[in-house]
Amino acid sequence: MTIGRIRFMDEQRVNLDGFAVPDVDLGLMAFASPHDPIPSLVISEGRVTELDSRPASEFDAIDSFIAAHGIDLDVAIEAMALDNLVAARMFIDPNVSRSEIVRLVAGMTPAKLAEIITLLRPAELVIAMTKMRARRTPSNQAHVTNRSDDPLLLSADAATAAAFGFREIETTVPVLGDAPSNAIAVSIGAAVGSAGVLVQCSVEEALELWMGLRGLVSYAETVSLYGTEQIFVDGDDSPWSKAFLSSAYASRGIKMRVTSGGGAEALMGGAEKRSMFYLEARCVSLARAIGAQGVQNGGIDSASVASSVPGGVRSLMAENLMVMARNLEACTGNDALMSESDVRRTSRTHPIFIAGSDYICSGFGSIQRYDNMFGPSQWNSEDIDDFLAMQRDWGVDGGLRSTDMNALESLRERAVSAVRDVYRYLGLGDFSDEWAAQAIDAAGSKDIPAADLMTPLNAARIVRDSGITMLDVVTALADCGYEVEAGRMLTMLQQRVHGDYLHTAAIFDEQWNVLSLVTDPNDYAGPGTGYVPTPARQAEIDGIRQERSVADLRAEQQQHSSHRLRSTGAATLSTDPRDVVIGVSPAVGREVWQTLSGLLVVDVLEELLAGLEEEGCIGRIVRVNDTIDLGRLGLTAAQLSGSGISIGLQAKGTALIHRRDLTPLANLELYSVAPTVTRELYRLLGTNAGRHAKGSTPEPARNPYSDEAIEARYHTKVISLVAIERSCSNVDVPETLELV
Amino acid sequence: MSELNVDAYGYSERPLSEVTLDAVRRGEVSIDDVRIHPNTLRHQASVAAAHGNPNLSENLLRAAELTSIPDEEVMAIYEALRPYRSTASNLFELADSLDSRGAPLVAELVREASRTYQRRGLAKPE
Repeated sequence: MTIGRIRFMDEQRVNLDGFAVPDVDLGLMAFASPHDPIPSLVISEGRVTELDSRPASEFDAIDSFIAAHGIDLDVAIEAMALDNLVAARMFIDPNVSRSEIVRLVAGMTPAKLAEIITLLRPAELVIAMTKMRARRTPSNQAHVTNRSDDPLLLSADAATAAAFGFREIETTVPVLGDAPSNAIAVSIGAAVGSAGVLVQCSVEEALELWMGLRGLVSYAETVSLYGTEQIFVDGDDSPWSKAFLSSAYASRGIKMRVTSGGGAEALMGGAEKRSMFYLEARCVSLARAIGAQGVQNGGIDSASVASSVPGGVRSLMAENLMVMARNLEACTGNDALMSESDVRRTSRTHPIFIAGSDYICSGFGSIQRYDNMFGPSQWNSEDIDDFLAMQRDWGVDGGLRSTDMNALESLRERAVSAVRDVYRYLGLGDFSDEWAAQAIDAAGSKDIPAADLMTPLNAARIVRDSGITMLDVVTALADCGYEVEAGRMLTMLQQRVHGDYLHTAAIFDEQWNVLSLVTDPNDYAGPGTGYVPTPARQAEIDGIRQERSVADLRAEQQQHSSHRLRSTGAATLSTDPRDVVIGVSPAVGREVWQTLSGLLVVDVLEELLAGLEEEGCIGRIVRVNDTIDLGRLGLTAAQLSGSGISIGLQAKGTALIHRRDLTPLANLELYSVAPTVTRELYRLLGTNAGRHAKGSTPEPARNPYSDEAIEARYHTKVISLVAIERSCSNVDVPETLELV
Repeated sequence: MSELNVDAYGYSERPLSEVTLDAVRRGEVSIDDVRIHPNTLRHQASVAAAHGNPNLSENLLRAAELTSIPDEEVMAIYEALRPYRSTASNLFELADSLDSRGAPLVAELVREASRTYQRRGLAKPE
């Protein structure tokens, strides 16, 4: 049996995570496996004849594709000759431009780029990412899915995600056949929430392309690349089939990015003894070579594999940087949950969050963990307020914004009714009033017992059989009175004709401006340059719904005001040895009516008086007007008191027992943690003050223990309450208050 | 760049300015009116090349060639390029047919696949 200290540590959530001993043979190595190749490039007659220590005759399919398409031969000699440290320093040197690095990296082999970026330490990765991401304005992507493919909930949750600022929404299905229904429901909800939100439905390649061709989704992401030939082929694809697929999506004006991530090959038992980072360097090189505009990487489904080995979390961020250096859109992971520990998952995301990326999360689970059909995300609906607070703390744009909670309810209502009306109009299905009401209110699908699982399946079958396209959905929306949403969805279809959003890192803002490498290029070059939120955007970041001003607090206090305390004139000096004065602060009976513990000030006074009475003393309430300091307040009261003993009480609930011969800051008993002082403790305080007056032994009072972040909870309120106290304070003499 | 360009036209060559909500409601808009035109893809290819990504440019040029290939055939070509689906000569034949249909860049991609598949054993045996 281990000792208690160790048992206690073992119980912590971080110990649910798996941590692996590095094992080169299994590819369980973040960086620099001894089997990673030495970077090399030989060019003969305009063709690559050796790539990373491998001659052309031994090229596997990935080498072949990279050799043929992925190296800019015009700069390759210069780039490969660069000293690794010199190249690494360029990433953080404000005097070397992003475009210069992009130019050079285009001539580097996978192993060369991997070796260079391996040299960057974590803080340097943050600077490099700040500089190297393609788009100036950061953004974020949400997952919107649920266990039952409930179209009403999908729509309400998509509207919610759009309202919180997500510019891309990714959905998927637990039941493959439901996919077209999900795509339509999420697209409608997104259009209710905001103009210009891109939507994808992640399913197997053929169905995803089919939906794209019919306008049912506006981008695609599930085009997986792997770093070894064997795993690539196990995934039933080759670099050529993926390159073709990229062109196929573009041919229909659909934005597309590929997916890869360190650890995937190790997870599938085919890492060929290479490090995760080197294999990912191959994937990123290949992504550029096939002509994809962007990459979703940073572990993704294998993030927990990478983070199980030393340096693994660092390698996840370094993967993203390789994408940026290859001049591609970076959708920087932070999606699949990589730890049971809130500390570890925050630690994994935080550097990327402060650096900013094209999409901080390649899937922030904006819904309940149990409803996330990709599996729980690194960030989930319970974390939205945390994420917003983090943005505010660091003054950083993580792509999210607060939303008016009343407006959110209306949005969800509209999103639900729009899907209901469209499904009815198109003959896709009917929804009961009960179902609709539950979907509007629901925090997740478990709150919707009225949902019918057959409805989405039938709807999807009808979409497939009847060849319904997004134009039919637009018509239905317009005919049912949702002109704004119909207009937004039509504009999204029109954007495919323009093709501006096929460019690297393209998103739409709410005015349909395309923000991309082309229109919104990152121009970071040291302090004072690069992305700065506009004043309006900064106000969104700063103005979280929980913030309170003094005026808010004053109004809140006013709700508890009463006429139970009235002044009966100047307080007199007593000579009665049973007299104990309760000195109260200037705001008592004027502006502050409730203490930090939630008790009313008058109830506290009643307890104190009752406690004194139990000891045969007479309590007298005196408002001290010329100080807000508790010690001075108590002393002033003690000097008026016949027994020489007083109780001092601030309106916020902090209390003490004082005696007239002590200095102001000394006292007999102090109840300092106002939020935790109960009725019973105030009663005891009254009793003990009485015992001090009589010269008998008081009962020791213990301040209640709390493991709450008591200061975090109450300090802002204290500042406001003190400000109110000060505004009530004046030079008037102490006055007697009567409690009626 | 993002302003709705009045000169833009869809695959059908119908001006985008005619694709209004009213026209959609009257059933006068087809999916080809909101499909990208190869000329637009070629233009976007030149934009990509000017912004440091010749590979994206090549991809968009291949995409321009694919605009005239029907959806089902696009899906069929993708299927043919997956591992072990096609013999090397199947792929060469496919490439020839793409050449004859004005898709030389895609044809070249398919030929390249055929050569590598043969060498790496990813082709279906003849």
